[in-house]
Amino acid sequence: MSLAAASDTMDEHAGDVVAETRFAVPDMHCAGCIAKIERLLPGQPGISGARVNFSSRTVVVNHDAALAEPDLIRAFDTIGFAAQALHSTAAGQRNQSLAPLIRALAVAAFASMNVMLLTISVWSGADGSSRHLFHWISAAIAIPCVAYAGRPFFASALKAVRAGTTNMDVPISIGVLMATAMSIYETIVDGEHVWFDGALTLLAFLLAGRVLDEMMRGRAASGAEALVRRTATGAMRLAADGTSQWVAADDLAVGDELMVAAGERLAADGVIAKGGSRFDLSLLTGESAPVTLGEGDRAAAGTLNLDAPVTLRVTAVGEARAIAEIARLMESASQTRSRYVRLADRLSRLYAPVVHTLAGLSFAGWMIAGAGWHQSILVAIAVLIITCPCALGLAVPVAQVVVSGTMMGKGLLVKDGSALERLAQADTLLLDKTGTLTLGRPVAVGVEAIPVDRRPIALALATASRHPLAIALRQALDVPSVAPAPLDTPLDKLAETPGEGVSAQHAGRQVAMRRPRPAELARDRGDDRAAVALDLGEGAPVIIRFADALRPDAGEALAQLHALGLPARIMSGDRADAVAAVADQLGIDGTGDMQPADKMAVLEGQIAAGRRPLMVGDGLNDGPALAAAHVSMAPASASDVGQQAADIVFLGDSLLGLPRAIRAARATMRVVRENLALAIIYNIFAVPLAMAGLVTPLIAAVAMSSSSLIVIGNSLRLRWAVR
Amino acid sequence: MNGLLILIPAALLLGLGGLVAFFWTLRAGQYDDPDGAAMRILIDDDELPKS
Repeated sequence: MSLAAASDTMDEHAGDVVAETRFAVPDMHCAGCIAKIERLLPGQPGISGARVNFSSRTVVVNHDAALAEPDLIRAFDTIGFAAQALHSTAAGQRNQSLAPLIRALAVAAFASMNVMLLTISVWSGADGSSRHLFHWISAAIAIPCVAYAGRPFFASALKAVRAGTTNMDVPISIGVLMATAMSIYETIVDGEHVWFDGALTLLAFLLAGRVLDEMMRGRAASGAEALVRRTATGAMRLAADGTSQWVAADDLAVGDELMVAAGERLAADGVIAKGGSRFDLSLLTGESAPVTLGEGDRAAAGTLNLDAPVTLRVTAVGEARAIAEIARLMESASQTRSRYVRLADRLSRLYAPVVHTLAGLSFAGWMIAGAGWHQSILVAIAVLIITCPCALGLAVPVAQVVVSGTMMGKGLLVKDGSALERLAQADTLLLDKTGTLTLGRPVAVGVEAIPVDRRPIALALATASRHPLAIALRQALDVPSVAPAPLDTPLDKLAETPGEGVSAQHAGRQVAMRRPRPAELARDRGDDRAAVALDLGEGAPVIIRFADALRPDAGEALAQLHALGLPARIMSGDRADAVAAVADQLGIDGTGDMQPADKMAVLEGQIAAGRRPLMVGDGLNDGPALAAAHVSMAPASASDVGQQAADIVFLGDSLLGLPRAIRAARATMRVVRENLALAIIYNIFAVPLAMAGLVTPLIAAVAMSSSSLIVIGNSLRLRWAVR
Repeated sequence: MNGLLILIPAALLLGLGGLVAFFWTLRAGQYDDPDGAAMRILIDDDELPKS
């Protein structure tokens, strides 16, 4: 069992614990797919349940905690779906803060509709005792509903006033409370106009804006926590007498000797004292190919031991470890990011003082003109109600919700509304290489060398193994015209020798997919790519090479981005010559051998120089850079740290999602600016009328609703903007 | 006028019933997966193996 099992609920009975993991499955299309996943997936070993959410194209899988992510993805693969693990704990928190707002919205909408019904009767000519009765019924509905639905605004306004500042909620709260109080007074004295409908409609529209805004608000998740979680929780410490004991990571000390089994992650930085093995350094460097380390070599915490047990002498523990350094970088980087102020918030800082001044001026003006308290307060309330930021509060969130819903359908998950604002401003593109520009997994090269009539045999052999290279070979061969050939040996009795390969009988001849012998590789000695030899019953064995291929459309996507005004540059932790090869192929600049701190320094330098870089990366080593960039994107194949640090996650292998996201973000900001302009134009006409005392509750209701509807209608145009 | 005394409370009660029903659907998680609900009705349960 791997200690790195993908679960947060690990304990001693790891085999029995049920863990839950969310996967994105972009290619679900129909009811048949839902049925297939929910019925076939629980039949796979270790999986106890699966629940599809078709709206978000995700599947929640209940499984043994012992099962790691790659096993689960393989289970999806077996039933014919491509899945990518999603690591976002934010979804649960989001629902918690959203539900009270939706309830308040429902109450406000219910009350405003009922009160409107009665109010329209009054406007239509009900008078005398009917009007008085209707006003009293309206008051009975409105008072408790304003008290309930207004709480989010009152609470926020109170907090602002206590802190000695003002925000958008202060004029809203004053407007709603004064309108309600004045209406109660008018109801008691049997006055002509009451504003209950205005107060409630205002609350309903504003709450609609708040609900949408809450849906788009990103939860702060720097990913630094997930990073530290990826190291082992403890290690086997060797005592001087040769016995070993399990020690928690916190209790390790410099100089301890640790026994690290194959498949275990290192809990501390150290030097290998005895033995040698291959290590997966992807956590720190992003390099996907394993590295062989022997006695005397340094290894960092978080590194995965792949092959053989080794003894490690500890050189750094706790906060001194290299991985803790990366986590610290990410923390500080995300603090810089949080300084970005969203467009809506910048506007609301202007809004409150302007509205307060206007309402105060109207009150003072009418008092000076000798209109009396009653009349002057009514005019001031009309100003507060008519300047209600309904359209203003809807302008930004409606556009962002519409666009992010459409983007989700195209495989772009937007985690935060402000990400769209920042993405629209991006003017430089920085890319990681491994796993971002490339697929980050082996792809078979030269499959054409297999004779066409022999391909079914190769496919049958590749299907029999779960080795990554076999899976890559199967994906390359799996086209409709090729079906696996029937082998003489039943599939479940095929002999797979670890490290050697699969062999079987076909039509009486020996066939095999195996590790190539040194002599067979002698022809191209300089080529260090992974290789597999295929014995297909006749002729010389076919050698298939595997390379980490560029993502499809990488060139096309970069060309489109360049046309959008984003010149690209590669920043990679990989070897400089490997980076140069990819950079030349794509015709862009590239730098290799970069440490996480180097990447972050480049980004900070660019931001200091006034640029707004978009960072695209996937590895843990990109974490600080993703957090430091003006805006960041990660593929869904990225590590959980990468996914959490990025603002937008794109599904699938294609890079064309990048230019698509930029176009969508720019279209969104265009519509948002139009919406804001509409809201301001509305106010330019409405405010003077209100100040002149010409606005009755009827005019206010019509003006408020129509300006909000225009803004919503304009935003809905964005449904067609994501191409 | 007497009609109003019956009709207005009746209208309010019906509206309140709608509000309560909405709260119930919200609590029951019926808005978690609207597209999925539309699809699930098409799943043919007869395919399930008989147990």
